[in-house]
Amino acid sequence: MATQTAGPVHVAAPTRSARPTEFTQSEPIVQVRDLNVHYGAFHAVAGVSFDVPKNSITALIGPSGCGKSTVLRSINRMNDLIPNCRVDGQILYHQVDVNARKVDPVEVRRRVGMVFQKPNPFPKSIRDNILWGAKINGFKGNADELVERSLRQAALWDEVKDKLKENGLALSGGQQQRLCIARTIAINPDVILMDEPASALDPISTLKIEDLMRELERQYTIIIVTHNMQQAARVSDQTVFFSLNEKRQGVLIEASPTAELFTHPRDQRTEDYITGRFG
Amino acid sequence: MSVIAGRREAGVGLRSGPQVRRREGVARLMHLLFLLVTSFAVIILGVLLVSILNDGLQGIDWSFITSRASRRPERAGLITALFGTLWIMALTALIAIPIGIGAAIYLEEYAPRNWWTKVLQTNIANLAGVPSVVYGLLGLGVFANTLGLGRTVITGALTMSLLVLPIIIIASQEAIRAVPLSLREAALALGGTPWQTARSHVLPAAMPGILTGTILALSRAIGETAPLLVAGASLYLTFNPGGIDSNYTVLPIQIYNWTSEAKQEFKDLAASGIVVLLAVLIAMNTVAIVLRQRFSRQARW
Repeated sequence: MATQTAGPVHVAAPTRSARPTEFTQSEPIVQVRDLNVHYGAFHAVAGVSFDVPKNSITALIGPSGCGKSTVLRSINRMNDLIPNCRVDGQILYHQVDVNARKVDPVEVRRRVGMVFQKPNPFPKSIRDNILWGAKINGFKGNADELVERSLRQAALWDEVKDKLKENGLALSGGQQQRLCIARTIAINPDVILMDEPASALDPISTLKIEDLMRELERQYTIIIVTHNMQQAARVSDQTVFFSLNEKRQGVLIEASPTAELFTHPRDQRTEDYITGRFG
Repeated sequence: MSVIAGRREAGVGLRSGPQVRRREGVARLMHLLFLLVTSFAVIILGVLLVSILNDGLQGIDWSFITSRASRRPERAGLITALFGTLWIMALTALIAIPIGIGAAIYLEEYAPRNWWTKVLQTNIANLAGVPSVVYGLLGLGVFANTLGLGRTVITGALTMSLLVLPIIIIASQEAIRAVPLSLREAALALGGTPWQTARSHVLPAAMPGILTGTILALSRAIGETAPLLVAGASLYLTFNPGGIDSNYTVLPIQIYNWTSEAKQEFKDLAASGIVVLLAVLIAMNTVAIVLRQRFSRQARW
């Protein structure tokens, strides 16, 4: 395989116990080092560096257009899909640069899953939504068991257990998003990236997703982009605040433990933003 | 509710004022105009069908379908041409559809957005507009002569494939492009390869559109006369094509042949031939429409 990650290379979706357990509390699983992203001539993200500790929730916050989503999408190489997008600097996943020549983006993405802003279930049955990713990754175990386990973990099982054959698009927006999370869990990733996963949802669905994230944090490392500062404050362990510099480039202002960032921001710009005096 | 009721009591007029009335007048006018335009096309088609059926239907009987070409109109039939058309269309579909869809997948899902791709794309668009007789000449030069395939079914089918390929490629590209990026992202984010993503998600979602484009392309091909005449179809043939290396003729050529005869009986045969050609066309389209329905039932987002 192309990657030399510290974690084991699973062919089948492994169980919890097969995941690497020997880590210290502070071991970073993702390290962003001097990240620069260009869209054509436009320098969107300039010199961003931060660490993401294992089994934690990191929230990326900041005003619109400051490059939060761009940074997030760089981590599992989703920016490869965008023509003219150039990613410089290093993104280390288990000490391996995901942009290195030998690294296969497919291998990166099966370890670093992603949940998108707009729920995007496949136009297939709920069951097939869960199973597709697992199957292409070589899952050979009990399909029914995987479907149930994934849906339970995503707190969706009770709502859909009687209609697994129905189209995933027939669900409500909040249910669709939890289905997308279940689908991501089913391939047992290491890291789950969430790009404003609750922004298209009503408050009750939003709370469900937030509870779910708290639950998932025990097994997975979560990085979430959010526009909602309360959400960042509620769910995350660490908050990274981005803003625009005078050249309209997205830059990192401050990365701190969430409690600290919201109570004692080190930077005036962070304080202005979180107290609503921004712009 | 009470607020709205209160307003009504207060006399806030909700009947259309002069400015709104004018805008609504224009809207009604446009509605009528579009209805008229649509009806125009349908009426013309209806008139055409009635006139053809009127002229041709009584000439169709079992012996007309099963007889071969003849100098005597009462004994002439079109089985040879019918076989030729079925051979050509089946082979054309077999050759052009996989290549066309494959090319579309490449251009939409794999091709880098660079100068070369743009040149390729522009050329395909231009090819769709090339007069069909030019393809006939190409077929004659390349397939019949250079490759030595002669005046055979395979030469005809390859020529027709060239003719319909650009249309199939462009229509398939449109259909593939219409599949939302979010669906691709979903599949790729689960560790799907580009091919797994295309095969399991993009293609099924694009299939209804691809089939529509393919129907249009093949419908165009089935009525073509010029390219096949040039590429070596026979004008007068008294045996059915038996394989891809047989000589052949097709329905439109047979029809054209009959219309150029002096006797009125032959002209009536031509009308009957057109009815048969239409029937084949409709049968072909029905198959494609059924397929499309099946695909669009499962692919919806």
